[in-house]
Amino acid sequence: MKCAIETSNLAKYYRVYSKKEGLVPSLVGLFRREYREVHAVRGIDVRVEPGEFVAFLGPNGAGKTTTLKLLSGIITPTSGSASVLGYTPWKRENAYRRRFALVMGQKNQLWWDLPAAESFRLHQQIYDIPEASFRQTMAELAGMMEVEPLLHRPVRELSLGERMRMELIAALLHSPEVLFLDEPTIGLDVTAQFTIHRFLRHYQQTRGTTILLTSHYMKDVDALCRRVIVIAGGRLIYDGSLPGLVERFGGYKIISVLFSDGEVPPDLERFGQIVSREPPRMRLRVDRQVVTATLRELLARYAADDVSVEDPPLEEVVSALFSSAEERSRETAVTLTRA
Amino acid sequence: MASTASTAWTILRISMEERLAYRGDFMLGTLMRFLPIVTQIFLWAAVFSEIEATTNRGATVAGYGYHDMVAYYLLTMLSRAFSSMPGLASGIAREIRSGTVKRFLIQPVDMLYFLFLYRLAHKLVYYAVAVVPFVLVFYLCRGFFVETPQGWVWVAYVVSLLMAFLLGFFLEATIGMLSFWFLEVSSLLFIYMLLSFFCSGHMFPIDMLPEPWATVVKAIPLQYLAYFPAAVFLGKVQGAAMIGGLLMQATWVVAFFLLARWAWHRGARRYSAFGG
Repeated sequence: MKCAIETSNLAKYYRVYSKKEGLVPSLVGLFRREYREVHAVRGIDVRVEPGEFVAFLGPNGAGKTTTLKLLSGIITPTSGSASVLGYTPWKRENAYRRRFALVMGQKNQLWWDLPAAESFRLHQQIYDIPEASFRQTMAELAGMMEVEPLLHRPVRELSLGERMRMELIAALLHSPEVLFLDEPTIGLDVTAQFTIHRFLRHYQQTRGTTILLTSHYMKDVDALCRRVIVIAGGRLIYDGSLPGLVERFGGYKIISVLFSDGEVPPDLERFGQIVSREPPRMRLRVDRQVVTATLRELLARYAADDVSVEDPPLEEVVSALFSSAEERSRETAVTLTRA
Repeated sequence: MASTASTAWTILRISMEERLAYRGDFMLGTLMRFLPIVTQIFLWAAVFSEIEATTNRGATVAGYGYHDMVAYYLLTMLSRAFSSMPGLASGIAREIRSGTVKRFLIQPVDMLYFLFLYRLAHKLVYYAVAVVPFVLVFYLCRGFFVETPQGWVWVAYVVSLLMAFLLGFFLEATIGMLSFWFLEVSSLLFIYMLLSFFCSGHMFPIDMLPEPWATVVKAIPLQYLAYFPAAVFLGKVQGAAMIGGLLMQATWVVAFFLLARWAWHRGARRYSAFGG
């Protein structure tokens, strides 16, 4: 089968006006402007098969949103190519626009002073959705999201979580084959996040929609995506499974021991870094290569009621990965300026 | 075609509903618009009675008698009810600055088409409410209308009003699109509003202007927003001049329609290249 999304060496550079502080430089800036080039995305190759649910991760400013904007045709690339469902996004053909949707968690697309049902009607018209399938899709989506009683209330009276659910419904009415979600759970509480996770998982499984998601919440990614793409400094630095990411970049594991005599023995530092010491329990951070050796030694030496070995928390791995990637991109930036 | 009509109707209907969401504010705004005309009537009554007291005969100013003058102001008020577009250009500018303009790059709907229907809805709702005070004011002031148009002049008048709406829309839409190039257009808009106030005939009949200003002002399109429809009604332009004026107005409508489309096209391209 053909790829749903395919990009090749996709790059986007912005030229931004670099304003200096102070009155005199500002006045000079009226006549002579200095520009700085921002390399938001610098050469990304991605292939996504139909029906995949892919997470885009990366620190702020890594190029995630820029990539989504490129793929939805809002912006044109500086170089490289992309094809979504066989279309070049930035040609912005109506045929393509009818087959994808973009939801931005920070932007509101519904009519603020009117009930969501009216915005849905408008979407039905501009996307040319036949009445019967419109009614069916809307009932189905509203049911899954548990928002039927809210359909006729002005959007401005809804909570953030309720509004986000309505945004998603509006975006899905025309049954897009490709869906771009830019931080769909931003600012939501745990319950609202959970509702959206459950919905997206169910929807994606039943419809087989290709979904690209960016998020800062590892919970989103863990709950939804089997494939993870990490971007930092505009470059792709990882493409694979989530456990694979932890394995590759989380170079250690957490050993947790419950000692039988109720006391945590002293001088355990030689086994690894102590994460927490709450007698009779102790948690130890140990290099991946020496986990089995350390366990063997610990158990031979001390009596333990319970032992467990865990992967490090996802957030920790990702944040370590991000900061090392940022350091590297800063280094290249420095070399560039010198050259 | 059927689906196009029902899309248009849905946009129109929803826009009207939105407009009616804040009834109180809207009604008050509509009524406040009638205040200036009252002061105009008193002002010109004072001016003409002063002239008449010193000259002892019926006075005219640039061919306008007292009755003509008041009738002219009432008619420009009606023209402006068609041609003024409060918030159109600044609304477009806001969408571009805040990025909500993206929806017209993503969804299969044309921005100008959508905004046109949105504005039409605003106007329809406005007329539905304003018809009562308009009828009342014109009824109370019926004595100022010495002559009313006959036959085809009525048709010409209505056509000129409708074209005033179209011209006002495409002109302001074009100005709004300039925000694709200059992020801040509020000063520009202020200049446009000042110019429009003087040159459209909203403040005084433009045939009062001395040469060469009268020629200059008649050469730019702003007179078609207020002065021209009123002049047709009052018989200030007749026959061939009237037909010529209508043709010129139509030309400006087409010109600004094309300009607005072009600006959107180029603007969207620039937007995609630089920001988004």
